[in-house]
This record gives sequence, C-alpha cells and structure tokens, in this order.
Amino acid sequence: MFSHKILERNSSLLLVVSLLVVSVGGIVEIAPLFYLENTIEKVKGVRPYSPLELMGYNIYKREGCNLCHSQMIRPFRDEVERYGHYSLAAESMYDHPFMWGSKRTGPDLARVGGRYSDEWHREHLIKPTNLVPESIMPGYPFLMKPLKVHDIAAHLKANKLVGVPYTDEQIKNAKTDLYAQADPESDGAEDVAARYPKAQVRAFDGDPETLTEMDAVIAYLQVLGTMVDFSTYDAKANLR
Amino acid sequence: MDPISTLITVAVSILAALLALFAASQAHDSIFFIHMLVFALAFGLMALTLVRKCNFAGGDGRSVAAEDTYCDTIVRYGVIAIAFWGVVGFAVGVLIAFQLAFPNLNFDLPWTNFGRLRPLHTSAVIFAFGGNALIATSFYIVQRTCRVRLSLEPLAWFVFWGYQLFIVLAATGYVLGATQGKEYAEPEWYVDLWLTVVWVAYLLVFLVTLMRRKEPHIYVANWFLLAFIVTVALLHVVNGLAVPVSLYSSTSYAAFSGVQSALVQWWYAHNAVGFFLTAGFLGMMYYFIPKQANRPVYSYRLSIVHFWAIIFLYMWAGPHHLHYTALPDWAQTLGMVFSVMLWMPSWGGMINGLMTLSGAWDKLRTDPILRFFVASVAFYGMATFEGPLMSIKAVNGLSHYTDWTIGHVHSGALGWNALITFGALYFLTPKLWGAKQMYSNRLINWHFWIAMLGICIYAASMWVSGITQGLMWREYNAEGFLVYSFAETVLILHPFYVLRAVGGLLFLFGALLMVYNMWKTIRGEREVDQPISQVITVGA
Repeated sequence: MFSHKILERNSSLLLVVSLLVVSVGGIVEIAPLFYLENTIEKVKGVRPYSPLELMGYNIYKREGCNLCHSQMIRPFRDEVERYGHYSLAAESMYDHPFMWGSKRTGPDLARVGGRYSDEWHREHLIKPTNLVPESIMPGYPFLMKPLKVHDIAAHLKANKLVGVPYTDEQIKNAKTDLYAQADPESDGAEDVAARYPKAQVRAFDGDPETLTEMDAVIAYLQVLGTMVDFSTYDAKANLR
Repeated sequence: MDPISTLITVAVSILAALLALFAASQAHDSIFFIHMLVFALAFGLMALTLVRKCNFAGGDGRSVAAEDTYCDTIVRYGVIAIAFWGVVGFAVGVLIAFQLAFPNLNFDLPWTNFGRLRPLHTSAVIFAFGGNALIATSFYIVQRTCRVRLSLEPLAWFVFWGYQLFIVLAATGYVLGATQGKEYAEPEWYVDLWLTVVWVAYLLVFLVTLMRRKEPHIYVANWFLLAFIVTVALLHVVNGLAVPVSLYSSTSYAAFSGVQSALVQWWYAHNAVGFFLTAGFLGMMYYFIPKQANRPVYSYRLSIVHFWAIIFLYMWAGPHHLHYTALPDWAQTLGMVFSVMLWMPSWGGMINGLMTLSGAWDKLRTDPILRFFVASVAFYGMATFEGPLMSIKAVNGLSHYTDWTIGHVHSGALGWNALITFGALYFLTPKLWGAKQMYSNRLINWHFWIAMLGICIYAASMWVSGITQGLMWREYNAEGFLVYSFAETVLILHPFYVLRAVGGLLFLFGALLMVYNMWKTIRGEREVDQPISQVITVGA
C-alpha cells in the first residue's frame, strides 16, 4: 500500500512527484488556449503594427506605461460608456507580450486612438498637468529626442519568428516605412498606408524633420483600438 | 576545491569574461553594452577570487576544518544581503508611494519616473529581499534538518554571488529602460538566462544536500523548499521564453502574444506569489516557529495534506487576475473555483503554524521574536482569506484595477513575508555571530509595533482608496449618466496616497532599527536591560 513515508525518505522521488503535481494546472488551463479555435474572435482589420507603431509599443513598454494604464475594457456598462466597446482577444493578438495591464492609476487606453489630437498627446506627455490639472502622471519631456533604432528590420524579423505575419516586403521596407510614416511629404508616405491598411501618416510630434521617440509613442497611441470595425463585428458568433 | 578543478573553473570564467567583452564590443544599444561589461567584471572577479582562495600547496582539508560541522559563512553573507536589499526595496517603495501623492517627485527624468522605479521596487522586495531570505534560510535549514554539511559548497557560493549579480543586472536594467514588460518578470532575455543557470545550481546544491542527509526522513520544511525551487524554475523558464532582436541587443519579443501571453504571465506571476512568497516561506515557518517556541509542529497529518493540496491548487489560480477580460470564460471560472478552494490548504498552513504554539502561548508576552513569527502567520491567514474573496468574479469586478489589489498584496508582503523574515533575522544573527541574544530586545519590540502600525495604515488606506475609486467609476446619476470623470476619481485619492506613503515610511523606519540592532549584535555589544517589573507589579 502507498505510504507517504516512501516520499519522505526519497528526495528525488519527492522532487519528481512535486513537479508532476504542479504541472497539471498549467497544462489544463493554458494548453487549450493554443488550439481551441474560439479563443481568439474572428474579426476583420487587425494587422501587425507598422514599424513606427512597433517602436511606440516598445517605448510604452520601456517606460512602464502598462503599470498604470490598462488596455482591457471589461464588458460592464460603465466601462463601455467610459472607454468604448469591450476589448477583444483579437485586438492584442500581435502584442508580444500583451499590454492589458492590471491597474488603473490612470484611465484605460485600449481605445485611446483617435480620441485626442496629436498635439494634445504631445503637450500631455511633456507636462500632463498643463492639460489635466488633477493628473499624477509623470512628465515625459525626454521623449522629444531622436528615435534610435539599430536595425528596425531585425525587430520585424524577431516578431515574425514568434508568429506575427510580417511579409518579406514589409521587412525589406521597414526602414523607409519607419521614417515615412512621420513625414507625409516623403516619397514613401503612400506606401506605408498601402502596406499597413489604415495606418496614419502624419508628423505626430509636429516636426516632420526629425523622427523622435514622441513620434513613435503618439503613432502607437493613435492606432490603439482603431483596427476593428465594430459595425461589422458579430458578437453572438464569437461567444466563448 | 582542489587545484585542478580550480584551474578549470578559472579558465572557464576567464573565457566567459572574454566572451562578455566581445559581446560588449558588438552591442546594439548602451544597456547591452553596460551589462556585458558588468558580466565581464563579475567573471573576472570570480577568476581572481578562485585563484586567491585556492591552496595550491595541496590538500584542501584546512579550509573545511576552519569551520565546524555546518557551512554558516554563506548564511552570514545571506543575512547581510537580506537586510541590505530589504532597506533598498522598502526605500524605493516609499519613494514611489510619495511620487503617487506628489508627482513632481518624478523629476521628469527617464531614470526617476514611476514606470521605471516601480519594477525596481517590486523586484527589490520580492527577488532581492525575499529571494535572499529564501536562499540563506534554506541553506541554514537544510543543514540542520538533515544533520549534514552543505554539499557542493563552491557551487553554493556561485548561487549566492550569481544571484546578487542577477539582482544588479535586473535593477540597473529597469532604471536604464530594459524590460520585458511583464510584471514580476521584467528582466530581459539574457538576465533571464543567467538566472536560469543560477537557479539550476541552487536546485543542485539543495537536492544533493538532501540526498546526503543523515536523517532518514526529509523534514517538512524541506518539502516546501524543494517544491518552491523546482516550481519557480518551471515558471521562470516557460514565462521567460522570448526571441531577442539580435544576440547583441537588450530588446526581445515574448514567445506568446495577447491572450495566451496574458494567461502564461499570470500563471507565472500568481505562482511567484504561490511558490516564491508562500511555499518557500512556509518552509521557513516550519523551521523557525517550532525552534523559537520550542514545541513540535502541531500536526504531521495536516502538514502532508496541506502541502500536496497547496502545491496542486495554486497552479490553477492564475486566471483570477484576468476576470472579465478577453480570456475565455471557461478559464476564468476554473481560476475562480480553484482560488476559492485554495483558501482551505492556506489556512491549513496557518493552523499548523499557530497551533504549534499550543502550551507555549505565554512566550508571546516575553519573546518579541516569537511575536514576529506569530503575527506573520496571522497576516498570512488574513491575506489568504482576502485573496479567495477577491478572486470571486463579482468582487473582482469592483476590486480589479484599483488600489484594493495593492493593499492586499502589501498585507501579504509586509505582514507575512517581511515579518517572518525579520523574525528569522533576529533568530539567526546572534546564532551566526556567536552572541547569546540580540543587542537589544527593547528595539525588537519597537520594531514590531512600528512595523505593525505601518502595515495597518498602509492596508487600511489602500482598502478605502480602492473601494472608493471602484465605486466612483461605476456611479450613475438618476438621469443615467456616469457621475465622475476619471480625473475626479484621481483627485479624491490624494489623502489616501499620502497616508499610504506614511505607512511605508514607518515600515522602513522599523527596518532601520533592525539593521542598527543587527549591527550592534554583530559587533558583540549588548544593551543593559531596564527592568520594567516594578511598574507592572502595582496591580498584583
């Protein structure tokens, strides 16, 4: 008969049995998310980030914005009224990793795209209290410095390796696209919008001459939550 | 170590240092450059130390005989590391608490803003303070309960210094802007790889020591410690999977995305709580409480049942961090049900700890160290009741995204983890430095009550601010409009943020008293006690 004494007297056995016991929960809960087809809703419009948006995502991550701002609107009446349509899993399917956050020291940003002007974002990021006197957000004036990227194509390639469907054409033109998106007068401006549908091409920080970190962050903020066309979204078909 | 293995290790570390220098020369960004130089320096120092320590004249008997049966030098280093990182972690916590009350303290600089300092705080308290507490006490406990000297001693030293290197790399990385963006798993890919190496070495040292034990049974504290070490390895490796932009870049992209990365991350993070901050610390509880109370563990059967139940159930609880999100409902429900069930084995541990004092409760009046242990278990009980409560979806709908979560975390972290660690430090310091007892019992007492006051102010202010904000967000007026703008809900929290910072400040002050007390004890001093008996005999 089994006796607990066997485990208490054999350290390697105790190790193996513990490892088996702790593995069950993760296998049952996590593994199905990779093969159940209804885990991610069927929607149209979600595309990989453009190079400039991707750099914005990286700066958002670097500065720990996700520690105070969620990007996950829950299906509650007040949240939907305050922030917009509740968030779908599909909307973050190209975020490696997710930026859902766990705390709202500041408001949710899942659908902040298009809500404010670029100029508002620039002023707000430099000195938040100038626009929102009650704000306790730090200022980010240091984002007005040139964006430094060693090799933007390598960023797209790394994303492709973890499953983001960047095309070879997108990877090849990553560098031109990066600069063109913040300079509407440039030659490549139209190509960016063609390669990344609905991509906004503007001098996000107001200055088309230099590509700054501010350009990247605002380009990222302005695309958040704008990819899915909810007039065609079938919520019933995607019940999980 | 004998001269041959020393020479091999020296050669390997010099090679590693050269590799790091090469990587630095190829660096894509300044953070990677700096970190590779740190690696090179660390490996260089390692080679130098090995050469200096080795007795090439032959025979390594001398260095072993210099110490008695147990290897305690490493625990002494650990005790100092715990105290040091504790103070650092608490101080950064106090700073960021004040930043939330007075945002000008962010100074609008990249290296001082809340977003970069917050991971510094969480990692410093969880991994630097808590991690060193676990490593040092586990090395102490496993030797005593197995009645054998620590095995693979040079490797144990590698674990200690390698872990400090991990902390330095992680901390400097956050401040300079290197992060994977996953809470409590922020270090970048190469720091993660380094931690994996150190952690496997830790597992080896612990396991081999267990295997060479002279006691037929493995003591219950070691079950918890072993489960903690191996599970943290599993969690860390799976959640850390990432593809770097280049071998010479400090940026990487996580292997998983969106909803999958969310569940993997919270499976990891919840069990960083469950195994790092719970199972490992329960191992400490099972050693220090019986020792300090001089009583056997209350129930052997209960310890078996709650050990297996807790390690099984904890791993299911992650989804409760993702209630009402885009995570499929079935996973949320599963997470909630298992979180509620988790209440039982958690309280099993609390009961086993507290009931160990049966027949020795009177010692609480005279022994301030025992008071730390008992209070910590009481906080453990409270936090593990609050946790299941908050994992119920209806409650979570209100509490999630608010300061209630922060209050909950701190009643666990300050109340349970820090108090038990303080108790362990007061227990270990005199023993390790050959003193009869701590320099001053009076200061231990002061520390206890100041810390207690700090925790209460902290937790209470966060409960009130969390519930206030949660209710304000969902407040509708008679016409069916939302009453408050987001900014209004921020403004109203200001007094609670000030209070919270004051609570944290008190906690930090208590820890500084402890450091002073430890310093005096290590120097061999002893305070002359003031008799207080005349005062209390009046009523008799």
